[in-house]
Amino acid sequence: MLHAFIMHLFDNYYETTAMIVYGIGFTTLLMNRNIIKKIIGFNFMDTAMYLFLASKGYITGRLDPIGISSQPRFEDYINPIPAGLVLTGIVVSVSFSAFFLALAIRLYKSYHTMDIDKIVRKMRNEQIKEEME
Amino acid sequence: MSFVCNFPLFCIILTLFSGVICAVLKPHAAKVVSLGILLMNLVLNSCVLAFVLETGEPIIYMMGHYPAPWGNEIRVGVLEAVLAIAFSIVMLLSLLGGMKHIFEDAEDTKTNFYFLMVNLLFVSMLALIYTNDLFTGYVFVEINTIAACAIVMLRKKKETLVATARYLALSLLGSGMFLMGIIILYDLTGHLLMSNIYVSVQALAKSGAYAIPLEVVIALFCVGLATKSALFPFHSWLPDAHGSATSASSAILSGLVLKGYIILLIKVMYRVIGLSVFRYSKGANVLYVLGLCAMIVGSVHAMRERNIKKMIAYSSIAQIGYIYMGIGLATTAGIAAAIFQILAHAFTKPMLFCAAGGFMEVSGESKAFHRIKGAGRRNMMAGLAFAVGSMSMIGIPLFSGFVTKYLLAGAAIQASPVKMAMGLVVLAVSTMLNALYYIPALMVVFAKTDDPVVWFPDKKNRSFAFAMIVLIIFNFVLGCCSTPLMNLILKGLAMFA
Repeated sequence: MLHAFIMHLFDNYYETTAMIVYGIGFTTLLMNRNIIKKIIGFNFMDTAMYLFLASKGYITGRLDPIGISSQPRFEDYINPIPAGLVLTGIVVSVSFSAFFLALAIRLYKSYHTMDIDKIVRKMRNEQIKEEME
Repeated sequence: MSFVCNFPLFCIILTLFSGVICAVLKPHAAKVVSLGILLMNLVLNSCVLAFVLETGEPIIYMMGHYPAPWGNEIRVGVLEAVLAIAFSIVMLLSLLGGMKHIFEDAEDTKTNFYFLMVNLLFVSMLALIYTNDLFTGYVFVEINTIAACAIVMLRKKKETLVATARYLALSLLGSGMFLMGIIILYDLTGHLLMSNIYVSVQALAKSGAYAIPLEVVIALFCVGLATKSALFPFHSWLPDAHGSATSASSAILSGLVLKGYIILLIKVMYRVIGLSVFRYSKGANVLYVLGLCAMIVGSVHAMRERNIKKMIAYSSIAQIGYIYMGIGLATTAGIAAAIFQILAHAFTKPMLFCAAGGFMEVSGESKAFHRIKGAGRRNMMAGLAFAVGSMSMIGIPLFSGFVTKYLLAGAAIQASPVKMAMGLVVLAVSTMLNALYYIPALMVVFAKTDDPVVWFPDKKNRSFAFAMIVLIIFNFVLGCCSTPLMNLILKGLAMFA
């Protein structure tokens, strides 16, 4: 039973890798206190999803859909839709990375640290000081 | 095909273009364009509603005229039209109510970008309401997130940066889970169009194949969208983001942005997973329990808060709990109650946030309770709006909040005994808790001070008074004669699936 399960994981090694990387990215984005590492984690997570999606569109032994054959038949080609989805997803994650990085720069300029916990603590102290006045 | 069928697409395209134009306009012109576009959305969607009611079936618009398995679809029934109308009204009134603060809080050269973001936000919410394609839904969820983060950052304060960073990190986690759900579902069914996925999922559920992946997909959708709409254990980003933004942003964020994701979740339940499959998955029960927890926890946090905007933000968490309670029942009555709550909350929360902005205006820009003492007398219009909003949130008859609680209790009674008992007890307790923080807030705001009573401290700011009066009227109308709207919602839900 266990042996079969492990063999299954090895057979679908694309999906297994994608899930491991997804987990790494997810935990980094959630748990890491450093904002730059959070952004890296976010990129890990998204890339893993694209790997998963792209591997699902691939069918062994078939051509890429931009190849030209003399008699085009759809049985000759892999599924092109996941590639289109991956492209859309890449655009989304690039813009989010840019936005998050710009935010990180402004945070660093205001608080002189990249540690989100320290930043929140500094902010709370300032808020309390403001309310006291 | 009638000409009206094109209107949903026109709404999306024109709002998108007006956003682009706003980037190069002067702030004042950008304001006029945005308000004009919102009015146009209101008119066009009213035409769509009339048309859909007359024909009795939803408009299905094929983008680029490619038929089902390849093309992208817009699908608009009664419910979608009602939501789009309500959203454009609330957006318009939130902007009018907080207009003065937008121009004060933003840098002069950047005010037009605020309107760009507002337009993007609105277009993404329209698309979430209209679309019949899961991946399009994901793309617009992301546009919505980025625009929402940007409007939090409008105020040039350090605290808004922190709030945005936390909001962004949790939002990205949420959309990551949602996308993973879409990808697994695509692998199981081979479709992205909601109606096609529905057929495949029903077949899968009947045959019992892929039971675990299907359960995982439901869990990913629920948790992903719940994170983005601040359901109880995932709510930690909300109070800072909503409490530190400018009043128009807070109003839009809590009144509309949270609801966009919930509508997508309802859509996923009805059109993708199917209500019967969803009811027998564990997802519905988990959402129900989390919704009940949110109703209590949000109120308890709000009671401890000494900052009026954060108190209102925590109250949003409790109100979101009511919506999830309705969704968690996974019956038509429960979901109808949830949709009514979406509308009731959308018409109440912006009023409270704009009123809080009005209090800050006459109390030296402070949000702390000890500083806004008596602010309701110094700005009577905001005070009146705050009083109406609080009473609606508590659930006093004649106001919209009461109808929600009545409908939710009615829906809970039809559920299983355990769910019924839990639901009714928590509903009663949370009403008490709501009263326990809104009534003290009202007492502080109307506390007797030496200042004279002033109705309009800023005579030039007519848009604020207009927005408050219209929102108060809407609250009364929703509270007193909710039956026509309920009939529309039920008709819409029948057309929705």
